[in-house]
Amino acid sequence: MSGNMNLTLKVWRQKDEKSKGKIVDYQVKGISPDMSFLEMFDVLNEDIIKKGETPIAFDHDCREGICGSCSMHINGRPHGPKSGITTCQLHMRSFKDGDTIVVEPWRAAAFPVLKDLVVDRSAFDRIIQSGGFISVNTGEAPDANAIPIPKKYADEAFDAATCIGCGACVAACKNSSAMLFVSAKISQLALLPQGEAEAKQRVESMIDQMNEEGFGACSNTGACTAECPKEISQVNIARLNREYISAKLTSDNV
Amino acid sequence: MILDSKIPAGPVAEKWGKHKFGLKLVNPANKRKYEIIVVGTGLAGASAAASLAELGYKVKAFCFQDSPRRAHSIAAQGGINAAKNYKNDGDSVYRLFYDTIKGGDYRAREGNVYRLADVSRNIIDQCVAQGVPFAREYGGYLDNRSFGGSQVSRTFYARGQTGQQLLLGAYSALSRQIAEGNVTMYARTEMLDLVMVDGVAQGIVTRDLVTGEIKSHAAHAVLLCTGGYGNVFYLSTNAQGSNVTAAWRAHKRGAYFANPCFTQIHPTCIPVSGDHQSKLTLMSESLRNDGRVWVPKAPGDKRPADQIPEAERDYFLERKYPSFGNLVPRDVASRNAKEQCDAGKGVGGSGLAVYLDFSDSVKRNGAAWVKEKYGNLFDMYAQITGEDPYKSPMRIYPAVHYTMGGLWVDYNLMTTVKGLYALGECNFSDHGANRLGASALMQGLADGYFVIPYTVGDYLATIGPKPIDATHPAFKEAENSAKDYVKKLLAINGTKTVTEYHRELGHIMWDYCGMSRSEEGLKKAKAMIQELKADFWRNVKVAGEGEELNQSLEKAGRVADFIELGELMVDDALARNESCGGHFRVEYQTADGEAQRDDENYAYVAAWEFKGEGQPEQVHKEALVYETVKLTQRSYV
Repeated sequence: MSGNMNLTLKVWRQKDEKSKGKIVDYQVKGISPDMSFLEMFDVLNEDIIKKGETPIAFDHDCREGICGSCSMHINGRPHGPKSGITTCQLHMRSFKDGDTIVVEPWRAAAFPVLKDLVVDRSAFDRIIQSGGFISVNTGEAPDANAIPIPKKYADEAFDAATCIGCGACVAACKNSSAMLFVSAKISQLALLPQGEAEAKQRVESMIDQMNEEGFGACSNTGACTAECPKEISQVNIARLNREYISAKLTSDNV
Repeated sequence: MILDSKIPAGPVAEKWGKHKFGLKLVNPANKRKYEIIVVGTGLAGASAAASLAELGYKVKAFCFQDSPRRAHSIAAQGGINAAKNYKNDGDSVYRLFYDTIKGGDYRAREGNVYRLADVSRNIIDQCVAQGVPFAREYGGYLDNRSFGGSQVSRTFYARGQTGQQLLLGAYSALSRQIAEGNVTMYARTEMLDLVMVDGVAQGIVTRDLVTGEIKSHAAHAVLLCTGGYGNVFYLSTNAQGSNVTAAWRAHKRGAYFANPCFTQIHPTCIPVSGDHQSKLTLMSESLRNDGRVWVPKAPGDKRPADQIPEAERDYFLERKYPSFGNLVPRDVASRNAKEQCDAGKGVGGSGLAVYLDFSDSVKRNGAAWVKEKYGNLFDMYAQITGEDPYKSPMRIYPAVHYTMGGLWVDYNLMTTVKGLYALGECNFSDHGANRLGASALMQGLADGYFVIPYTVGDYLATIGPKPIDATHPAFKEAENSAKDYVKKLLAINGTKTVTEYHRELGHIMWDYCGMSRSEEGLKKAKAMIQELKADFWRNVKVAGEGEELNQSLEKAGRVADFIELGELMVDDALARNESCGGHFRVEYQTADGEAQRDDENYAYVAAWEFKGEGQPEQVHKEALVYETVKLTQRSYV
């Protein structure tokens, strides 16, 4: 079932990390409002391949809003015009026939473009590696119900833990700050008793790594929360600041 | 080759304990002299890589995604089973074992399944210690819910994102080991081949998905944790990148492929809306706890749901299976939905859907209660369909979700290739002909956290810590053959895209090797697949070049492998002249239309051996021995 929407796309094309990129125009026809935004790109790419040209590279995998792979900056907003969803969950019914849509990759110094709309987000992995874990080896755990955790804290920890690591927060921020991403992990572990033993060291190392990766500072404008597909709250940034300040005041790293 | 499952003798509850004691150990100081390759970083891969690195082994981990955190385990929604009996409702290791064997329609190994049920308890402990935010009750203790195929509440969950939370737990453990230098992580890297030296697995060939560079890596053991092959059907609930390539290329190097036709069709997915569709979205089975499945009693009734009076609705699962009701196992629920639709009672525009209705639950508990439990699933439904499931019932239809078949492994999880292991969905071992809900996460983590750390040590202690010779010509040969393969794909330059071939394969598989199968249909499918394969290699068009980020090329290799696997699935389905679990041969059914097993002739694992390009594969049979459980006709009435 194809539809009847015709659209003009202006898409960032860049051969590789070293090449210069540019916006290229494409016409897509017969788009159904029930297609997802990425399925519309599939249609476009099939066309491009048939013409013997190079299809547009973009990251995607689960296509149900949970893996955090997809990362398109659509008409100036990460993951497009709707709130609380990823690009793969955006459907063409959110656009009108005849629309012109501009699609760019995430823009941040810490997320270099690898090709077209694909960026390198390994900086996020390195931040987690610097301390976003609880140091417990397999086999060391006590019984799961040994420590009761008040439902309120368990729920808040879960809300923070829903971060999918897509990078929309960084792309939305005028400073390319990664504070929302870092604060989500810090909050999850700070709210749970299991995370307490390493809390101080965790927040110090993760902030150090964040700075080293070249992410900018947070100026509390809140664009990150507004664009986060999982609607991670800015409260987490406040908690991160508290955790960081209290860790620094009593830091062992002096 | 005679298949030796290495299941230890003795009572089922003592097998694993005795076996562990018999396994050789590697001295702590020697562990760092061994290198282990782990392919895939989902639940099985990430947990294995982290646990082995914690023990001191040197691990190299690979994933095709841009980060190990994105493997498709992340999409699992509903939960993870564990025999904790926190609910005091009669659960036990034995009951979880029994439910799993029965749910699998008596086509799984007793020894493996008992071990799985046994270590399930340790998994929950481990995950909580890592900070996985499972749902809790007001007293602060862990909450549980029910899942299909069981009458106890043993499913631990983290709202509708259990897979994500468990994977992030394993990913955090993996990240810690990467930081400590015990794991070298290769993201955006795909395995293209297995390197065999004198009949033993000693490494892999990979392609860097950013630069296109093809190279080899040597190791003392190779662990494939590469997931399932549901994407052979084109449309499935799997991620776009999920593929069989690593497992298939290992198969061609000598690893037998077991029960490839055992596929799980999940009953509660959002129905297909059009040809453009690239994937199907699952609605968690947990919804069947509180949602009621129904169709209109009269065929062709096209009135909207709210205009169909109660008396004219058929709650067919509750009617046919009063004791399990909406919580029958997946294969039973799927088949019944298809049966209703085939009888003309399907709903929605396509007529290929049944209702999943929460109105009773909303009346009983309030909309806020439903939102707290299932909110994100309802949002997902609304986002995809544009309809509000709080107001009108969801429409659902079965979709391909999981593959019980996979590489044959023994009790140690070793394949028929020495030194090559398969973990998680990639192997065949624990779910028989049908997997119970919330058991995939359990198996992935059981294999990675609590089985492989013991069993791989036994093998490594046997071969000794001598470094693997990466200059052996086998490495260069495998690299060159992978390079030639890429060149060959790029050189065809035909007229049909990879996606077109994939879609065509999917139609064949769904129509003839899907929810119901017949001898006639399967024979037809075999011919169609052979034709499709020949056409693919004549006429496929792969865009771009080899030495660059090229998603068209990645997909071409995967689809080429799916086509070959599809043919083997059809062969396997044809050879199994019985119905069991998800494998439903229309010729073999009971008077009530349930799957009719033939235990006398088919209580075996079919393990297929690759005999060369274009040659028919040879089947080897591992008899399934039931020492503890009595085989009966599965009944959920």
